Amino acid sequence: MNDLRQPHEAEIIERVQETPSIYTLRLRFTDPAVHAAYRFAPGQFNMLYLYGVGEVPISIVSDPEDEHIVDHTIRAVGRVTDAMARLQVGERLGVRGPYGRGWPVEQAKGRDVVIVTGGLGCAPVVSVINYVLKRRDRYGKLTIMQGVKHADDLIWREQYEAWSQLPNTQVLLSASEGGPLWPWHVGHVPVLFDKAALDVANSTVMMCGPEGMMIAAGKGLLEQGIPAEDIYLSMERNMQCAVGKCGHCQMGGQFVCKDGPVFSWPEIVARLGIKGV
Amino acid sequence: MSSAVFLPHADSQRLFDLLHGAGYQTLAPQARNGAIQFAPLASAQGLPWGQHDEQRPGHYRLEQDHSPRAFAWANGPQALKPLLFAPQETLWQVERDAGGQMRFAAVAPPQQARAVIGVRPCDLAALKIHDAHFLGGARDGHYAARRQGLLLVAVNCSHPAETCFCAATGDGPAAAEHSGYDLLLDELDEGFILRAGSETGRALLGQLGLPAASAAQAQQAERQQQDARDIQQRGLPKDVSQGLQGQMDHPRWQQVAERCLACGNCTSVCPTCFCHSEREQPALDGVSSEHLREWDSCFTSGHSYLHGHLVRESGAQRYRQWLMHKLAWWPEQFGRIGCVGCGRCISWCPVGIDITAEAAALCQGEQA
Ligand SMILES: Cc1cc2nc3c(=O)[nH]c(=O)nc-3n(C[C@H](O)[C@H](O)[C@H](O)COP(=O)(O)OP(=O)(O)OC[C@H]3O[C@@H](n4cnc5c(N)ncnc54)[C@H](O)[C@@H]3O)c2cc1C
Ligand code: SF4
Ligand code: FES
Repeated sequence: MNDLRQPHEAEIIERVQETPSIYTLRLRFTDPAVHAAYRFAPGQFNMLYLYGVGEVPISIVSDPEDEHIVDHTIRAVGRVTDAMARLQVGERLGVRGPYGRGWPVEQAKGRDVVIVTGGLGCAPVVSVINYVLKRRDRYGKLTIMQGVKHADDLIWREQYEAWSQLPNTQVLLSASEGGPLWPWHVGHVPVLFDKAALDVANSTVMMCGPEGMMIAAGKGLLEQGIPAEDIYLSMERNMQCAVGKCGHCQMGGQFVCKDGPVFSWPEIVARLGIKGV
Repeated sequence: MSSAVFLPHADSQRLFDLLHGAGYQTLAPQARNGAIQFAPLASAQGLPWGQHDEQRPGHYRLEQDHSPRAFAWANGPQALKPLLFAPQETLWQVERDAGGQMRFAAVAPPQQARAVIGVRPCDLAALKIHDAHFLGGARDGHYAARRQGLLLVAVNCSHPAETCFCAATGDGPAAAEHSGYDLLLDELDEGFILRAGSETGRALLGQLGLPAASAAQAQQAERQQQDARDIQQRGLPKDVSQGLQGQMDHPRWQQVAERCLACGNCTSVCPTCFCHSEREQPALDGVSSEHLREWDSCFTSGHSYLHGHLVRESGAQRYRQWLMHKLAWWPEQFGRIGCVGCGRCISWCPVGIDITAEAAALCQGEQA
């Protein structure tokens, strides 16, 4: 019996410390056949297993056409992710996946891509930003909007600055509380919409971050005239199985692990903003 | 409908022998620790002859009398759920050598053809839901292994409890023709009317060479089924799923939360609840670890835990999650409500919270 919940062994090929609490693990399955057969789409996630400790859902941030490596950028917040932070190059963990429905990168072809993220930065959108930048000719303008609570909370600041230098790419940042060296906007994400000059009929929006931020941003974008079905969000819920069986990730009748984590606005709006759903 | 035959009570053991002869282990209801429970049973003598159950909100009692019947009770706390979806089981294990290499290995449940005698129509309905959940989409290997070779000998209900409302959900008290049983019993005072519902059942029944049930016996069974339907008092509001939409802020959630202990009994006894969590159990040898799953409940805080906060902090939110999932959101997932009218959550709730009363109050809107 080959249970679909059984991980495969993978080796850490490279480890990058992004910030004091955020690290990236670059992985390769130790079984070459498993590695060769592994395919994923941006926005999908894996369950990473640390020996004797447990499993956590983590987005895949590498490029789906990079055949050599699977990258995960992880924030150390608790039991599993703290212990995983201590792993070094050459050490092994378990990986199963990919799971879920990723970003609508196909539907977005030929259109402008608008990324909205908030909080402490969000791994799922990093995958799609990199995906679009690598295939620049297939997409129109790329707009990246990020809101953070405090100016100091922005991670990957250099990365944002680098992105903002790219052609046909606009980066807009806002902090609800600015700071001395904060060159960007002050306020919540929606303050950015007027600055963005969105082509509302020709944009696909992809959002990820705290639910309150996504609700406010989604409403703001609808007001700007973006059709609801062109707005997508990546949701987060407790996940144990990742295959639609354990029940933990449910939002109403939706299973975030298999029906999501990426949902279109009309698919999920009835469940947004209701405390306890 | 296949032709019905008759087996006198005195010959009940022939049913067990037939199943043993065909290679099945037999599981059957027995009175144990004050409740009817399914457990391995080889002899018809061990059936709960003369047992009656008394059930009310927050109340379950067994009583013995002189009834000549083995199935003159409604249901115990278990349905088929624990037999197929184990309360705790190992999904896989891993060994790690000195060099840090890991070897993952599947842990399969024991393979044994089992026959369950005394399955109620509501249990069949719940089984259908669990089959859709565990076997549909990504197939659950552990459930599938236990499900394979499971033979179902169902029995129509003649003595529904006060808490039963299967007539209202359409899942009982008599099993519908394609509800999944292999054999179906109607119990009369002098014995059983048997009919087959599958090829396996037909072949088995043929081996018994029993006489056809008489017209009078068939009539008696039919009357008994009708009475079992008529006696039921509880029900769910009409179009309950629709009625619950828009009631997420109803004050009733807070009122029920003041009584609810968040103990999760209702989810344990519910035959359709499928939530479970996974857990790691490293062995003391330091070189191996087991990955387990065990039943979980939407009433626990861990169920909705996300780093830093709980999605469902309050008891009101958790009770609402349970009831809304069962009655309002389930149809989105499985094309029907997640309640089969067995009434177990009513009897086994220590404070006697009654899902039918809650649903009725909620569907009435907020004028209450
Ligand atoms: C689809 C998806 C993609 C994700 N992608 C990333 C990513 O790319 N990078 C990253 O750093 N984090 C990501 N997360 C969040 C990450 O899964 C949690 O931070 C992590 O599970 C915390 O585990 P812990 O044991 O270290 O923390 P603890 O607080 O000790 O949590 C204990 C357990 O609760 C569960 N749990 C806790 N928080 C979450 C959560 N937010 N989501 C799901 N289960 C949780 C897990 O089973 C966890 O092991 C993602 C979550 C989801 C649902
Ligand atoms: S409704 Fe009753 S059985 Fe269910 S959690 Fe509350 S107290 Fe326990
Ligand atoms: S994570 Fe188990 S059902 Fe979605």
